[in-house]
Amino acid sequence: MPSSHDWINKPLGVVEAMFAQSNSNPEWEAKVLEYFKGQLKEKESHSWVPSLNDVPLHYLKPNSLVKFRCLVQDMFDPEFYMGVYETVDPSTKANVLRCGKYKDVTECGVDLNSRNTVTAERQTFYCVPIPGESPWAKEISFLSAARVVPSTSYVPSRQKRSYEEDDDDMDTQPQKQREPHTETPQIQPHGNGDSKRQETEAPSSQTTTPSDCSSHLDLNFPLPGERGPACLVKVYEGLDSFKLNDTLEIYGILSVNPVLTVLGEENMETPEEQRAHDPPASLVPRLHMLYARPLQHNNPLLPSAPTEDQSAFVSSFLVEMASVRAELLAYLTHVLLGDGLAAEYLLLHLISDVYTRRDVLPLGKFTLNLSGCPLNSYTERLYQIVQQLVPCSYRLSMSLHTMNSMRLVPKKDYVANRLVSGALQLARNTSLFLDETQLEQGQLDSSGVRNITALGNLISWQKVDYDFSYHQMEFPCNINVLVTSEGRSLLPSDCQVPLQPQVTPPNMEEYLTTIHMAQFTSQINKFRVYLSLARTLDYSISDEVTKAVEDDFVDMRKDDPQSVTAEDLHRMLVVARLLSLSLGQTTLSRDGWMRAKHIDMLRRSRTEQQKSLNGNEP
Amino acid sequence: MSSPTSTPGRRKRNRDDIPATPKSTVSPPSQRRRGQDSSNGDLPAMPTSPATDIASPAVHDTSLFSSPKAPSHHLNALREVDMSSPLMYGTPSSRVEGTPRSGVGGTPARQRPDLGSIRKAPQVDLHSEPPSADGAVASEQALGQKLVIWGTDVNVGTCKEKFQRFLQRFIDPTSNEDENAGLDLNEPLYMQKLEEISVVGEPVLNVNCSHVQSFDADLYRQLISYPQEVIPTFDMAVNELFFERFPDSILEHQIQVRPYNALKTRNMRSLNPEDIDQMITISGMVIRTSQLIPEMQEAFFQCQVCAFSTRVEVDRGRIAEPAVCRNCNTTHSLALIHNRSAFSDKQMIKVQESPDDMPAGQTPHTTIVYAHNDLVDKVQPGDRINITGIYRAVPMRENPRQSNVKSVYKTHIDVIHFRKTDEKRLHGLDEDSDQKLFTEERVQILKELASKPDVYDRLSSALAPSIYEHEDIKKGILLQLFGGTRKDFSQTGRGNFRAEVNILLCGDPGTSKSQLLQYVFNLVPRGQYTSGKGSSAVGLTAYVMKDPETKQLVLQTGALVLSDNGICCIDEFDKMSDSTRSVLHEVMEQQTLSIAKAGIICQLNARTSVLAAANPVESQWNPKKTTIENIQLPHTLLSRFDLIFLMLDPQDEAYDRRLAHHLVALYYQSEEQIEEEFLDMAVLKDYIAYARTYINPRLNEEASQALIEAYVDMRKIGSGRGMVSAYPRQLESLIRLAEAHAKVRFSDKVETIDVEEAKRLQREALKQSATDPRTGFVDISILTTGMSATARKRKEEVAQALKKMIQSKGKTPAMKYQQLFDDLRGQSEAAITKDMFEEALRALADEDYLTVTGKTVRLL
Repeated sequence: MPSSHDWINKPLGVVEAMFAQSNSNPEWEAKVLEYFKGQLKEKESHSWVPSLNDVPLHYLKPNSLVKFRCLVQDMFDPEFYMGVYETVDPSTKANVLRCGKYKDVTECGVDLNSRNTVTAERQTFYCVPIPGESPWAKEISFLSAARVVPSTSYVPSRQKRSYEEDDDDMDTQPQKQREPHTETPQIQPHGNGDSKRQETEAPSSQTTTPSDCSSHLDLNFPLPGERGPACLVKVYEGLDSFKLNDTLEIYGILSVNPVLTVLGEENMETPEEQRAHDPPASLVPRLHMLYARPLQHNNPLLPSAPTEDQSAFVSSFLVEMASVRAELLAYLTHVLLGDGLAAEYLLLHLISDVYTRRDVLPLGKFTLNLSGCPLNSYTERLYQIVQQLVPCSYRLSMSLHTMNSMRLVPKKDYVANRLVSGALQLARNTSLFLDETQLEQGQLDSSGVRNITALGNLISWQKVDYDFSYHQMEFPCNINVLVTSEGRSLLPSDCQVPLQPQVTPPNMEEYLTTIHMAQFTSQINKFRVYLSLARTLDYSISDEVTKAVEDDFVDMRKDDPQSVTAEDLHRMLVVARLLSLSLGQTTLSRDGWMRAKHIDMLRRSRTEQQKSLNGNEP
Repeated sequence: MSSPTSTPGRRKRNRDDIPATPKSTVSPPSQRRRGQDSSNGDLPAMPTSPATDIASPAVHDTSLFSSPKAPSHHLNALREVDMSSPLMYGTPSSRVEGTPRSGVGGTPARQRPDLGSIRKAPQVDLHSEPPSADGAVASEQALGQKLVIWGTDVNVGTCKEKFQRFLQRFIDPTSNEDENAGLDLNEPLYMQKLEEISVVGEPVLNVNCSHVQSFDADLYRQLISYPQEVIPTFDMAVNELFFERFPDSILEHQIQVRPYNALKTRNMRSLNPEDIDQMITISGMVIRTSQLIPEMQEAFFQCQVCAFSTRVEVDRGRIAEPAVCRNCNTTHSLALIHNRSAFSDKQMIKVQESPDDMPAGQTPHTTIVYAHNDLVDKVQPGDRINITGIYRAVPMRENPRQSNVKSVYKTHIDVIHFRKTDEKRLHGLDEDSDQKLFTEERVQILKELASKPDVYDRLSSALAPSIYEHEDIKKGILLQLFGGTRKDFSQTGRGNFRAEVNILLCGDPGTSKSQLLQYVFNLVPRGQYTSGKGSSAVGLTAYVMKDPETKQLVLQTGALVLSDNGICCIDEFDKMSDSTRSVLHEVMEQQTLSIAKAGIICQLNARTSVLAAANPVESQWNPKKTTIENIQLPHTLLSRFDLIFLMLDPQDEAYDRRLAHHLVALYYQSEEQIEEEFLDMAVLKDYIAYARTYINPRLNEEASQALIEAYVDMRKIGSGRGMVSAYPRQLESLIRLAEAHAKVRFSDKVETIDVEEAKRLQREALKQSATDPRTGFVDISILTTGMSATARKRKEEVAQALKKMIQSKGKTPAMKYQQLFDDLRGQSEAAITKDMFEEALRALADEDYLTVTGKTVRLL
C-alpha cells in the first residue's frame, strides 16, 4: 500500500495544485487527466479506489475519488459552468483566481463581473448500476473491493447484522408494495449464507426528505426491483465518445454537497424536471469524471483492462478451454434433462455476440428458442442456472399481464425532460430470458402489441426504437435473447431447438437443486470465465475453408434447392463460428464446419419431426 | 427589462417637449414610462457632464456576459451620456417636427424584452486606449473621434446609415421565398415591405440576414456579434426611414426589426460558450410550451402615507423596492400597486434538436427558448421551427443568505424570430426547408464521384451491400431514391405530375426483401417503415385525436403523410386489409390524402414513394401463375407501381456459389476491407440529398424522340397479337426513370442514355412480372387488367364451347351441374378445370343464357 493516498482522498487538492501551477495555461487540464490516468495504471491501484457499487454512500468521503460501474441511462443537456472564476476576499479585498472544474459549487465571494471568468462546458449523464447484474458478480466485486478500502472507515462485514440492515428489513414491506414485479433472486445459496442480502445504499424511500414524501422519487432503473445508487456523472472531456447504454467504469470525484439540494433557484423548470435533474445529493450523488473505462464485460473474474496480464490470462485459460467446455456441456445437459443437443445449442447461445453490423444486418446474433419446455417452474429454475453463469441477465415472464402493462421500450418524458427507462434498455451481452411458457390465452391490448413488436425488432435487428413521442429513435443493442416456449415461439428466432428430455425426474425442483449443489464454486467460476472469454476471442475464416463451405453449399443445393436457403447458410455460418470459439479455436477448420453442419442437421430433423407430430404448425 | 432604447430616448424627449406630447401624459399606466415621474424626481440631482464617470461602469462590464451589470448608482451618470448618444428614437429632427400622432416621436416604442437591456451600453472612443481596470477614460476631448458602443466596435451613426442604405437599395432578383410573393423583385425589396407595413399596419420588419451579408459583410458581422446593440440601431434606422416616407401612417408601436436566417445556423449540439450573447439560428422541434408568464417590466409603487408614486424598473430580474419615500421621507411606506405596474408577456418553450442532426447512439439535446410579447403562442408542441435569437447564459443569482453558489449557468435563447419549417410542407414547394448545407469540399467530392463514368453502378452496388446481387432491383431502388423531376401542370388542369417512383418487390419468403426495406428506411431522412400486417388505414393516413390537455382536436398524421418527400416502406403488402390498401390508390397517383372526419376536412400532401414488399399467397412463388395470381393484389393498385420486381431464388449452381462466397465474406471480412470496397453510406446519403435538392433535369430533344419511339415500339409489340402492351402510365414512368437516371449523373439534361437505361430497367421488370406463364410473352395487360390476353381469349372459347354443347343437347330446361361438367370435359380437347368450367358458366349467366342454382343449371 502506498504511503500517500492523497490522490484518492483529496483529488481536488491535486487538481487545484496543478491549476495553481499552471498560470492559467490551459494545458493544465490535460495534465490533470494524465496524472490520474497514470496513477490508475499502476498495478492494482484501481482496486484501492472505493466503489460506489459496493460501499454505501454514507461511508464514502465527500470529494474523494471513487469508481462506479454503470450504464449510461440518459444524457442530459450540456451545461455551462464557471471553469475559472475570481473570488474577492471580503476582508482583504484581494482577488484570487479559482478553478471551478470538477466542482458543483463555488467558493464564497464570487466576483460575477470579473473579466477573468472562463466559461466552460460539461455534460451530465444519468448513470445507473448495470441492469440485471447477477448477484454473484456483485458479490465478487464487493469482496475484492473489501480487501482494500483505505479511504473509508467502512469495513464490510458479511456476518454481522448492522443497524442499516435492520432498517432495510423494516423497509421491505413498503418496497414490495411499490414494485409489484420485484423478483428478488432467490438463488439457493452455495456457500455464503446470506449472499442474497446485498448491502447497498439504503432504499430511496428511507432517505427521502419529508418534503418529498408525497411524490416518490423514481430512480429510473431499467429493470423493476433493482437497487443501488444512481449517479449524475459530470463529463468534461470526450463527450462524443460516449453513447447511451454504454457500460463504463467511471473514476471521479464524489460530490455530495448538501448545498446542492438547497440551492434550488426559482426557475422555469417544472417540479418534475427539477426532481429528475436535481435530485437530492444524498440519494443521487454527483460524480465528476476524471477517467472512464469502457467495459467490454462486467465479469469480475476476468481482468477487465486489456493489459498484458489479460493476454497472459487468456492464453493460460485457452489450454483448459476444451476441458471446461466438456464439463460445462455435461452440466448443461443435466440441466436440460439429458438433452445433449439442446445443451450444445444453449452453450453456443451463451457465447454469442453481435460482433459487427453490415448496414442494417447485425452479424453474430444467435437467438435461441427452446421449445417443448416442461411447465411448472422449470423455466424459472433454468433461468436461475443461467443467471449463475452469466454476469448480466434478466428474465421477462411473458404473461399477458406483464406484456400489457410493462414498459419495455424507453420513452422520453418531456415534462420531466428525461428518458424514462424500459426493460429493454440493457447493457451489451445481457442475457434476456423470455419465458413464453407463462403466456396464456387472452387479448393483447395496444401496448401489448407494441411490446411484442419491440421484442420482435430486438430479435431480428438487434435494435430498440426508443419512443420520443414525436418520432422514434433507433438504438442498436447487443442482447442475447433466449426464448423458452411450449410450442414454437410466436417471436422470431434464429434457431429453434425442441427439447427432448431423456429423464423425467419425479421432482423437478429437487432434481435441479441437486445438480446445482453438486457443482463447486470453483467449477462454476470456471464456467463463468469460460463464457465471458470465449466471446471476446477473434475469429477468421481462411480462403481454403471458404472455398470448402461454398462447395458444400452448392452441393447441398444441388440435391434439393428447397432444403437449404440463404437463411440456412447464414445460420450455419454463425453456428460454425460459435462452435469454433467455444472450443477456443480462432479459425474455422473443415472439421468445425462439418460439425456445425452436423448438429444443424440433427436439430432440423428434430424440428421436422415435431412438425409432423403436431401437424398444426404453419 | 425595459426597452434599451425607450428609456433614455423617451426620457430625453419628455423632458424637452412634454407639452408637445400630450399623448404620453394621458397614456394608460401600462404605457407610461418612468421618465415622466422620475423627471421631477431624481433628475435635478443628476450631474450634467459625467463623461469621466464612464470608466467606472466600464470596469464592471468586462465580464464575458454583457447582460446588464452596471450597478444602479452609475445609472444616473449613464443616462446623461445617453442623451448625447444617437441611441435614441427621438432624433433631433423628429423631435422638432414631431406632431403627436405622426413621426417616430408619436408612435410609442414597444419594449423589446427579447433583446435585453443595453441601458448600460455607453459609447467609448475607439482610439483612446482600451479600457482597463484602472479606468481608462473616454474623455470629452474624444468626442470628435469615432464613438463606438462600449465593448463593441459598433458606431451607431455608421451602422444606422448602412442599414438605411441596405433597406433602400437591396434588391434580390432571384428571391424565391414565399414571403416575398407578390413583390416586385427588381425593386428594393425592403422598401416594398415597409410599404406593406404602412398598409397592413403590422409593425414588424423581417430581415433576412443572408441579404445583409451579401450587401455588407461588415454590418452582418456586427449584427451577429452584437445583436443587442445593433438591432435597436436597426429599429431606429427603420423607423426614421418609415416615418419620413409615410408620415401619416399610424402604427400600434414602432417598427421592430426581426432578423432571421443568421448564417451562423447551427444545430443545438454545436452551441458552445463562444456563442453566448450572439445571434444564432438553430432548428429544432418544439416539445413543450409553458403557460403565458406575465413578467414585470416596471413596478409601480405608491407611498401609503403621502400617495406619492414612483416606478422602478426591473434590474436583472429583480425589483429594488425603494426603502424611503422621496416625497415625505417615510421609511418603508411604499407599496406595490400591481394594476399599475407594467408587464410583458413571456413564454417558455422547450425545443429539442431534430433527429436528423444527431449522432447515432446519443439522446437529443433540448434548449430553453423564451418568447416575448407577440411571439408568445406562435408555436405548438410538435412544430419544427427555425429559431433566430440571442443565446444567453445567466449565472446563478447571488443569494445573500448563502456564501457559495452553484457554478452552473442557466442558458436559454431569447427568440427574435420564429420560422416554421413544416408549415411550408403543407403548401407545396419546400426546397429550402431541406436546408442541408453542404460544405464546399463535400460538394467537390460528390461532383467528382458524379463525373465518374460508372457512377450508376457504383451507387447501386453501394446500396445494401449485405444483400447479394439483385443488381436490377438495387438499380430500381436507386432511381426511386433520386426520383423524377417535379412538374406542375395545374394550369392545364392536370395538376401535379407524380415525380415519385413506386416499386413493388415480390417473391419467395426469405429473399431479404425486408432487409432491403430496412436499409432504404435507414438511408432516407424521411422514411417510414410499416408492416402491412400491423397497420390500419388510419395508421397510414391520418387520424383525429383529442388532446388530453387542451381538449382540442388534433390531426395526427400517419406513415404516408410523415414520409412526404421521402419513402414509405411497406412490408407484407399482401397482408394488408383491403380497406387499408384502398387508401393507397389516391396516394400513389394523386399524391394527396383526403381526410374528412370529426369535423376536419382537408387534403394533405403525401408525395411519397412507396416501396412495398409482398409474399406470394401460396408461400412459394408459383412460376405457372401470373404475378396477379401469385400475390392476389388488385390490378388497379399494381398498375400504379412503376417497377415490379420478382425476387426469386434462382436455383442455379453458379448463383449459389457466388451467394455462398458473398455470405462467407460477409461473416469474416474485416471492417476496413468492407469500407474500401463500398461507398460509405454517408456519402451515398449526401449524394442523394444533393441531387434531390439541386438537380432538376429536363428532357432534351433527342431524349424526347427516344421516349416517343420507345413508347410506339412497346405499343407495336402487342398490336400484332391483338394485345395492348403499353399504356400512357408506362410512358410516364419511363420519363420518371429517365429523369432519375439523369439525376444520378448530376446532369441537367435527360439524354438518350438515360432513356436507354430507363427502357432497359422497365423491360427487365416487365419481363419478370408481366410474362404470361402460358405463352411466355410479356403481356402488360396482366398488370393493368389482371388477366393476360390469352387467358381472356381462352375463357371466351370455353364459354362458347359450353354454349354450343348445351344447344346441341336440344330442349332440356335443366341439367345436372356435374354431368354438364363431365360432358364438357369429354368433349373438349384441352383439359378443362373446374375453375374454367365455372367461369364459363358465369360468363353465360352474364349473357342471360342460363342460371345456376345449387347443383342444377337452368336455361332461360
